[in-house]
Amino acid sequence: MSGAGAAGRASGRASGRPSRWLDLLLPGLRAARAGRASGAAVLGTWTLLWGLLLLRGARVAATFRSGGVDDWVALATLALGLAACPIAARRWLEAAPREDAGGSRAAGSGPVDWAAFARHRQASVGLVLLGALLLIALLTPYLAPYDPNAQHAVVATRFLPPSAAHPLGTDRFGRDVLSRALYGARISLSIGFVAVAIAVSVGTLVGAGAGMAGGLADTVSMRGVDLLLSFPRLVLLIALVALFEPSLALVTLVLGATGWMGTARIVRGQVLSIREEDYVQAARALGFGRWRILTRHVLPNALTPVIVAATLGVGNTILAEAALSFLGLGVQPPTASWGNMVASGRDVMLHAWWIAAFPGVAIVLTVVSFNLVGDGLRDALDPRHAAGLR
Amino acid sequence: MTGRRETERRAGPPLLEVEDLRTWFRGPGGDARAVDGVSFRLEAGETLGLVGESGCGKSVTALSLLRLVPDPPGRVMPGSSVRLRGEDLLEADAERLREVRGGEIAMVFQEPMTSLNPVLTVGRQVDEGIRRHRGLGAREAAEETVRLLGRVGIPEPEERRRAYPHQLSGGMRQRVMIAMALACRPSILVADEPTTALDVTVQAQILELLADLQREMGMAILLITHDLGIVAQVADRVAVMYAGKIVEEADVETLYRRPLHPYTEGLLAAVPDLDRRRDRLAAIPGRVPDPARWPEGCRFRPRCPHAWGRCGEEPGLLEAGGDRRARCWLVREPARRREEVPE
Repeated sequence: MSGAGAAGRASGRASGRPSRWLDLLLPGLRAARAGRASGAAVLGTWTLLWGLLLLRGARVAATFRSGGVDDWVALATLALGLAACPIAARRWLEAAPREDAGGSRAAGSGPVDWAAFARHRQASVGLVLLGALLLIALLTPYLAPYDPNAQHAVVATRFLPPSAAHPLGTDRFGRDVLSRALYGARISLSIGFVAVAIAVSVGTLVGAGAGMAGGLADTVSMRGVDLLLSFPRLVLLIALVALFEPSLALVTLVLGATGWMGTARIVRGQVLSIREEDYVQAARALGFGRWRILTRHVLPNALTPVIVAATLGVGNTILAEAALSFLGLGVQPPTASWGNMVASGRDVMLHAWWIAAFPGVAIVLTVVSFNLVGDGLRDALDPRHAAGLR
Repeated sequence: MTGRRETERRAGPPLLEVEDLRTWFRGPGGDARAVDGVSFRLEAGETLGLVGESGCGKSVTALSLLRLVPDPPGRVMPGSSVRLRGEDLLEADAERLREVRGGEIAMVFQEPMTSLNPVLTVGRQVDEGIRRHRGLGAREAAEETVRLLGRVGIPEPEERRRAYPHQLSGGMRQRVMIAMALACRPSILVADEPTTALDVTVQAQILELLADLQREMGMAILLITHDLGIVAQVADRVAVMYAGKIVEEADVETLYRRPLHPYTEGLLAAVPDLDRRRDRLAAIPGRVPDPARWPEGCRFRPRCPHAWGRCGEEPGLLEAGGDRRARCWLVREPARRREEVPE
């Protein structure tokens, strides 16, 4: 593989100019032909974005006349994506093999073993899927063929099976399932990311506080965590949601509030072991205060398992949101979420399977992708894999 | 400038004066008296070697100077004092203590492999200390970092400052540690087994570097080691520790030529010597006793070849003339020394 890559580079250099134009026209093509998956990914993104621009140019142009925030975000994504592809191709794809071969790798590469991550086949697949999902979620206003909540002639258009006009069929109100699933992706992903961000922040704060303080504060807060962990999460979620009027913000907040305990435990354990490390002792001997030692020396070294846990946590949170919405306690109709779509298709499963099946597949794919990436990160961040630490 | 500072100091109190330092660790089997009444002085520009076996309290002594002993379980007992130019560091408030740490007294630790933060580049770690103690701006601090890394013998410091610790060899890492310690021009450098984890050739380079830097900056070094060879190379005076106490103190030459304390004698005999080939290395029989249960009387008595009745009573650090002291009754009754020690 590297031999083919070297040959490709050599011929590219020999012909000079044409390869530069090729990188601009079809970025990633040379890397893809050399057998590198990242090249194919860049080329795929490039094609998708141009295809969107060409096929739905009118919809994109409408942004300038009457675009909402969502439309502008989609436009920015489109523009950034189109600019990033050729740059990525030139800066990393075509330059990368040189870095691998040379000894100049020593300076600048961090303690994370990215090569281990790249070797991790499933993790790469997961990452590509997640990248695609994120792109799709951001571009949804341009991609969705219909308004997700539009009910046209309900009687005529409801329960239509997948067809050219409605690729994933329509539901009981004649709404387009594809459009709803696309908008549902936005909801699910943003709930997942925001809730995990809340959970990780709270968990890190509590865990670091307990670990650094030690003694009574540590014992009390960790027993509190144990207590919270002893409730099944779903029961806790239902109890919290039932207290208030369900809304998107509430669901996000509640998912965050019930998801931080694991992080707190991980961070506390890490802090307890890291604060005994020689380099923390050395930092103390150099006269640094507790706060600086915590933020500069302890936390950065404690974060790797947190990153892994957070990645896996996004998948879990999306699943929890789906469960809540399925039970009718999460995202409220008519707003589409994968969970409430599955719920609405449940009782017509036998004669209109597409209503529940497609969002269900989307949930599974997303959660599996997050788990694959999480596993890959765990391997890449494992100190036993990192060079020189053995 | 160094010269002027030194004269000022000579007039006043000694640079560092440790008196009756006792650091105990609470444990289930009673208090472990790891350091139990250590006193010594360190003058500007001099190198004091603190020597002893593992577990004799050398490192705890070093950590106690800067109050770095983890508490609990460790505790520096009341009555101890560590005076830096007359100021008792054991009484200092947290703010002052942080100024002293790294600013006045800096430490180099034994393990260069684990004493650097693995997620920060070495440049940033040196930089951090400079900015903390000298209040330099970002650019000046960066320049100073490069200069320091070059000074401690790191080739291509401009490049290497962007390297992470795992990308450097043990010797290079120890040089980085030294650069960090020197960043704020401390007046005392405490080096706790600075070369133990390194290859012999690298050891020599590091020791030479320390000696050079000492001459250049006029700082005092407290060198903690179990290696008598290293002490002979770089120290001016030696304090030998055993079981939490200093048992002998003398200048290097005298100590090596005519050790007074039987423990020092044993240590010297245990150093391999190519001139006098022997089939077996001499070893001191037994091992350092449990710090929670030091023996009554002289703590070396159970392992001492000369021990007699009077050793049931603990000797003080007895003056033996010519600025040397030993914690042994033989100083008073040299006739008790058995010439031929049975092997």
